[in-house]
Amino acid sequence: MTHWLIAPIFIPLLGGILQVVMGYAPISLRRTLALTTTLLMLVSAIVLLVLASDGSYRIYAFGNWQPPFGIVLVLDRLAALMLVLTAVLGLFCHIYASGGADKGNRQFHTLFLFQLTGLNIAFLTGDLFNLFVAFEVLLIASYGLLMHGGGTARTVPGLHYVTLNLVGSALFLIGIGIIYSVTGTLNMADLAVKIPQVTGNNLNLVKAGGMMLLVVFGLKAAILPLCFWLPKAYARATAPVAALFAVMTKVGIYAIVRVFPLIFGEGAGELANLGMDWLFPLALITLGMGVIGALGADSLKTLVAWQVIISVGTLLAPIALGSVAGLSAALFYLVSTTWTVAGLFLVSELVTSQRGLAGDSIVTAPKMRHRTFLSVLFLIGAVAAGGLPPLSGFFGKLMILQSVEPGVEMAWLWGVLLVGSFLTLIAYSRAGSIVFWWNVDGHQETPEPMNNRVSISTGILTCLTMLIVVLAGPISDYTRATAEQLHDNRGYINILQTPVHVPQSPLVEESN
Amino acid sequence: MELLFALVIGALTASGVYLLLRARTFPVIMGITLLSYGVNLFLFATGRLATGQQPVIGTSASYADPLPQALVLTAIVIGFAMTAFLVVLSLRNLADNENDHVDGQREETPPSSKQEREVTGK
Repeated sequence: MTHWLIAPIFIPLLGGILQVVMGYAPISLRRTLALTTTLLMLVSAIVLLVLASDGSYRIYAFGNWQPPFGIVLVLDRLAALMLVLTAVLGLFCHIYASGGADKGNRQFHTLFLFQLTGLNIAFLTGDLFNLFVAFEVLLIASYGLLMHGGGTARTVPGLHYVTLNLVGSALFLIGIGIIYSVTGTLNMADLAVKIPQVTGNNLNLVKAGGMMLLVVFGLKAAILPLCFWLPKAYARATAPVAALFAVMTKVGIYAIVRVFPLIFGEGAGELANLGMDWLFPLALITLGMGVIGALGADSLKTLVAWQVIISVGTLLAPIALGSVAGLSAALFYLVSTTWTVAGLFLVSELVTSQRGLAGDSIVTAPKMRHRTFLSVLFLIGAVAAGGLPPLSGFFGKLMILQSVEPGVEMAWLWGVLLVGSFLTLIAYSRAGSIVFWWNVDGHQETPEPMNNRVSISTGILTCLTMLIVVLAGPISDYTRATAEQLHDNRGYINILQTPVHVPQSPLVEESN
Repeated sequence: MELLFALVIGALTASGVYLLLRARTFPVIMGITLLSYGVNLFLFATGRLATGQQPVIGTSASYADPLPQALVLTAIVIGFAMTAFLVVLSLRNLADNENDHVDGQREETPPSSKQEREVTGK
């Protein structure tokens, strides 16, 4: 049992607590400590990635209780991938925030670090109820972050966001309760053993519980009937917060990928592939809906917020089909799209800051400052998001298209995805040409200069898409291995047999 | 006892959902509160209803399941904190929009002029 597993949870938690008590310290000190915390978290996430890449499962049992008793953290390839994805994103958003967006609220860094804590618990936990607690931790922090910076415009979307998530939590608890009442366990590995043994009337109960979990994860992931809260909330949030929220919908997708292949996978008897036949059409409609929203967007941030929904649809369609190739392609695209969308949020905020009164509205305005720099970044982000070669969005979508078996599903997925990508490109080129090229003469107040922190973090986060292209080979090997690991749930079930209690030395044993 | 318990949970959940769909923030908060009561009772019942049994193995012939009790405690704490936050947020909404409609003041001002005011306010 290695203690590294607790590090990505412990480091931001400790850093966040430290920020609570030093709320009145000079802001430079608070920023330095907060950024150090995020950097350390990234280091620990990379260590876990190296550990996990050998393909084995590592567990961390709190209080040395042998699973299924007690709460366990489980590290596998998927968890490590999500940890690194979040840590990299968190670091650049945090650097951006320390360029000035963190003023006005002494608890910004606290909330930001607690949000990262909650995300990391969600990725590492091997227990369904602990997943609920992780969701609550990250949601509580996200409520505060969403309202950060004030402004009456944020109150109403914030109210909707909080209410919806509270209802989601209630449904989550009902789902968990139904599953517990039938199986008597909430440990995911133990559930994977117990669910196939369920018989008779209990089958319908478990089915109801499982579908309820799917609804909750769908709400977090913003699948179609449950996605209307997202564009308003994300478009109004402060840029580094909106960029960090790019990973929040991916938490819902992560939960679906983690729970459903494991518990309701191929081996689950009558409950195999529960809900997946619902998920595929919903994913395609979500994709279509996102494209329509993007075409109708009146500001850059709204456009990027709809891009979040487009990527949710694109990701869930191959996941619902359930093949190893599809899952692998989806995970590759997930890495690419999360960073791209976050980069686009930051670019939109910089454009807002340089355009004076016009803000990020897609209207003609006097020429902005730093137009070349910002337009190149927007171009890179738009090309990656739209899925044109040579950037990573193209490879992700190509892998998704290749992963489908010929048939009705293939026709639907190819049609919707290709037409959707084309229309997305139209939306981006329209927005880009109006905002960056169509200038009118007029007086432009001198905007605040961009400082190095915001421009460098935005630049690097946007250009990560090129890094993904350069490293496409290793990354796709890793996602393929991850998908194979997820597909075969025997390894995960084996953690029940792994002994956790290792006596440290005979002397300690005797004194006990 | 099972029937009574089920009826109570059903009544709480139904009233909660009805209130959630109202257009003012106060009934919505009441709805969320009732819904969370219903959910907590439901979660408690997943360990099966029993009287006079202790949640400790070996103290009596049969024992009550302690896990749902722990889960309910966690859910109550989280739900309580969330409701408090929602109350504050609704008060903020009331103060900002001088109206406790869940969509803010939507009849009075068209969205375009509202957006304009934000831009000039910067």
